[in-house]
Amino acid sequence: MSTATFDPSTKWERSAKIGLRPEPFGALAYHFDTRRLVFLKSPALVDLVDGLVEHESADAAITAIIEPADDRSHRAHVTALASLAEAGVIEPVSPAISFVG
Amino acid sequence: MTAIQSTHTPLSLISKSASAKTQAVPPLVEQLKGGLDAPICLTWELTYACNLACVHCLSSSGRRDPKELSTAEALAVVDELADLQVFYVNLGGGEPMIRKDFLDIVDHAVGRNVGVKFSTNGYYIDQAAAERFAATDLLDIQISLDGFDAATNDAVRGPGSWEAARRAMDNLAAADFGEFKISIVATRHNVAQLDDYKQMADDYGAQLRVTRLRPSGRGVDSYQDLRLTHPQQQDIFRWIMDHPDVLTGDSFFHLNALGKETGETLPGLSMCGAGRIVCLIDPIGDVYACPFVIHDEFMAGNVRDTGGFASVWRESDLFRELREPGAAGACASCNAYDACGGGCMAAKFFTGIPLDGPDPDCALGHADEAVAAAAAAGVVPQPSQDHSRPVRLGSKPA
Repeated sequence: MSTATFDPSTKWERSAKIGLRPEPFGALAYHFDTRRLVFLKSPALVDLVDGLVEHESADAAITAIIEPADDRSHRAHVTALASLAEAGVIEPVSPAISFVG
Repeated sequence: MTAIQSTHTPLSLISKSASAKTQAVPPLVEQLKGGLDAPICLTWELTYACNLACVHCLSSSGRRDPKELSTAEALAVVDELADLQVFYVNLGGGEPMIRKDFLDIVDHAVGRNVGVKFSTNGYYIDQAAAERFAATDLLDIQISLDGFDAATNDAVRGPGSWEAARRAMDNLAAADFGEFKISIVATRHNVAQLDDYKQMADDYGAQLRVTRLRPSGRGVDSYQDLRLTHPQQQDIFRWIMDHPDVLTGDSFFHLNALGKETGETLPGLSMCGAGRIVCLIDPIGDVYACPFVIHDEFMAGNVRDTGGFASVWRESDLFRELREPGAAGACASCNAYDACGGGCMAAKFFTGIPLDGPDPDCALGHADEAVAAAAAAGVVPQPSQDHSRPVRLGSKPA
């Protein structure tokens, strides 16, 4: 399965292997490869997961999307994203590979 | 390979919770009790037809019901589940492979990104079927085996059933299917064999699944002979704690009182999910609160009704009622109530215990007298449907 060590200074995106189903508390995420079910326990976290790909880093995404934008909240969302990375819900976006013939 | 954590049974799928504690939110379990927009775990019994006649069959299966969903209706149900983003469905029966359109239903589900796990006795998994399954994505197979040896198994599932299940496992292994499941209903006759089972699963590269016996369907009649004794409840609680990789469908949460003093809780959710996060669609399209309460009192509607499955799930009076906070009732004075939540609704119902009373298998023994009294008084509810094949005196067993 595709889990990766979470580095918030790099770019991340929601895995294509994930089904995300909105629920009153946030969303259910289902990983079709590992068949793990993961609860995203706030709507803001769902917005963040969906919005990651539009920002150059996870840190930048948190700053842009999450309110309030204080340190404590920022850290909490870094922790949440780290566990989502471990579960394969989000994946690092590979930098463009340059051809070095 | 990907099947490593494949299809954990219903509630034990919850392996990780990502929580950003930015605001006070109720615990997840409390939110789940209020219900979800669609079930997490949906069991769909495709047919009441079965080549076996297991003594604890939850659905009293045997004969096909003439009102069973047609192929077109079944495929339409798949479409509806896909639209609801039901991520996977547990197909069962009866023996689901008896349906001639079984593969069409599976293929349609997988094609619409609804994962499939199906429960089977294995009779029809020959080498060709095993190879076909191995080549199908998003498919998981669960083979039932209720005794490590043929004698123990066949006493419950019928002559020849052990051999057929083992043959199916051999075929799946030979076809390189990957990690299928070996599923055991824990009884007083096989609970001592759990280590042997685990070894068998490991040898096959399979995953072991052990679930609780319910007094449902034909289990109403066999429950007293098969249910675990109190010492065996202790044994299995310890065994599950020691084997966190074994799947349980979170079906033993009623035993959590046993961990009260040591602060131990069995893995998974400790709650009844009936009508909240799980439900059952039966072969004729009736929707029940869970796979263990196929009885008129717990029937919420039918997928053929206007609005289909979604309306039943979201709007039926029964399911709305089940999502209301429950009262502790007779268990209110028990200091373990927060550990077990009073146990399994279906098990209480079919043993004649009030739904706010203790689970019949209450590990602290609080239901022992009531179970015996209800059985003696003959007030145990009988299943409201029975598709068992008639017993012909003098004929050989199937």
